[in-house]
Amino acid sequence: MTDAVTVTAVDKVFEAAAGQVVALSGIDLAVEPGEFVSLIGPSGCGKSTLLRLIADLDTPTSGSVEVFGTSAHQARVDQKYGIAFQQAGLLPWRSVAANIALPLELHGSGGAATRERVRELIALVGLDDFGDRYPDELSGGMQQRVAIARALAKKPDLLLMDEPFGALDEMTREYMQTELLRISADTGAAVVFVTHSIPEAVYLSDRVVVMSPRPGRIEAVVPMALGSTASRADDLREDGAFFEMITAVREALHGGAPAPGPRGVDNR
Amino acid sequence: MTHTATVAPAPRQRSRSAPTRVRGRAWGFGALGLVLLAVLWEAYKLLGPADGLVIGDIRVLPRTSDLAMPHIWETAGRLFEPVTRAEGARVLWLEITIAASLTLGIAAAGWVVGVTVGIVLALAMQRWNLAESAVLPWIILSQTVPLIAFAPVVKSWGSRIEIGAFEWQDWMSVAVIASYLAFFPVAVGALKGFQSPDRLHLELMRSYSVGWWQTMRYLRLPAAVPYLLPALRLAAANAVVGAVVAEVSTGLQGGIGRLVIQYAGQASGDPAKAWAPILGAIALGLIAAGSVALMGALARNYRRTEDAS
Repeated sequence: MTDAVTVTAVDKVFEAAAGQVVALSGIDLAVEPGEFVSLIGPSGCGKSTLLRLIADLDTPTSGSVEVFGTSAHQARVDQKYGIAFQQAGLLPWRSVAANIALPLELHGSGGAATRERVRELIALVGLDDFGDRYPDELSGGMQQRVAIARALAKKPDLLLMDEPFGALDEMTREYMQTELLRISADTGAAVVFVTHSIPEAVYLSDRVVVMSPRPGRIEAVVPMALGSTASRADDLREDGAFFEMITAVREALHGGAPAPGPRGVDNR
Repeated sequence: MTHTATVAPAPRQRSRSAPTRVRGRAWGFGALGLVLLAVLWEAYKLLGPADGLVIGDIRVLPRTSDLAMPHIWETAGRLFEPVTRAEGARVLWLEITIAASLTLGIAAAGWVVGVTVGIVLALAMQRWNLAESAVLPWIILSQTVPLIAFAPVVKSWGSRIEIGAFEWQDWMSVAVIASYLAFFPVAVGALKGFQSPDRLHLELMRSYSVGWWQTMRYLRLPAAVPYLLPALRLAAANAVVGAVVAEVSTGLQGGIGRLVIQYAGQASGDPAKAWAPILGAIALGLIAAGSVALMGALARNYRRTEDAS
């Protein structure tokens, strides 16, 4: 079976006024269909850049990025992935339902089928009764749920998420994490998830990819021995195995040595 | 989904009474302004020096004679008397209304043309950076051309146009000049509006793999509405000013601009009459700006922001 994402020998160099900045160096990564993979690392490690390369919002300087066996560009044109950012990025003049319908409208589907799909998605993210609301009438957590529903509108087999819960308070954040596990189990989509929270990465992922900065590279790939992501629930957060995995990721982040957390990584 | 209640507060009830109250207060202040102006006028007329105030050769304050400053009530009363003493002459307010309607029609035509040109220019400037750097300075420069000098030229160009059954009418010259003033705020405002979406939204559209036109239609155009509304209102006021001034300088008959000049010539015998078309022109401007404000009320949803409540 074709991998959802295959990144091979990717370098990314930005030309800046002060000279070249190597954002990514020698990245190799494969994500299986249905797999949940988190990218974690301190600020400047290139985790968001890597996600942008997969989304074809930027192009690698060298190496190749493939999504479901085609180029990242072709995958974007074919709408093979859905994407969500740290800010919900909803269109303020569109109601919740119309925001979720946007990707469907843009690609020509309309009418009863679209309305039915939007109803499904609203139910999936638990926003029944809010379809007619406008983004400014929603809390941050609800906005983010609309953004996730929008990303899922075209039933993509790959979901790309760039710190989608980074701007939420801790309670909402934990709730949204459990919701995301349920949603990804329901849809069977592979997820590439950028975060700088270790517990978040551990709780959500099949594998955690630990990155380090200057130049951005993959330090370690830590498999989470915590059972299938679909079976996880909030009680896992108090489980011994959960803390062991947090320790494993922490040590990988610090290059094996038990050091104080590097900048940009929080241990929430 | 019971958790919703703790994640988000109950959706805010939109209060209807608050905006109504604000609008009511705005009208109140508007009326108060008019009353204040009337009081000032009459107070100056009562207390000011009869011959005004002259410093050197310049009269810095006007004369307070009935000729220069008729009483408010005389001006108001004059509106309900016939235009002339001739048999069957119309009552003055009706004459003013008819003239103002003609001018409003011409200004509206100029507004439509100006708005269209402005938006097309803004679209071109948004689409091609080269167009922006090449065209924008000329657009700004265009507004420095003195209208009074420009109007007769347009009229003389227009009079040479004759295509088949179509013949250039004098009112069209006036409309063209009105559009010349109207397009400017629209071009600048629309361009700023089209450029207003942030990177996040633009990348979202890119992730949907849609082209320039769909990005314009679904993102840039709706995002430009809050920039467009004040621009359209400014364009409406400009179109009225342009139409009135162009009527004067091209000598078009029947509009409010012509009446301003004509009645000013009769001011020595009938000072109150000269103020009537000026009031008419003010009313025109208010009607034009008010119509656009009405359009703005229809586009309310496009003025929402993304911020969570």
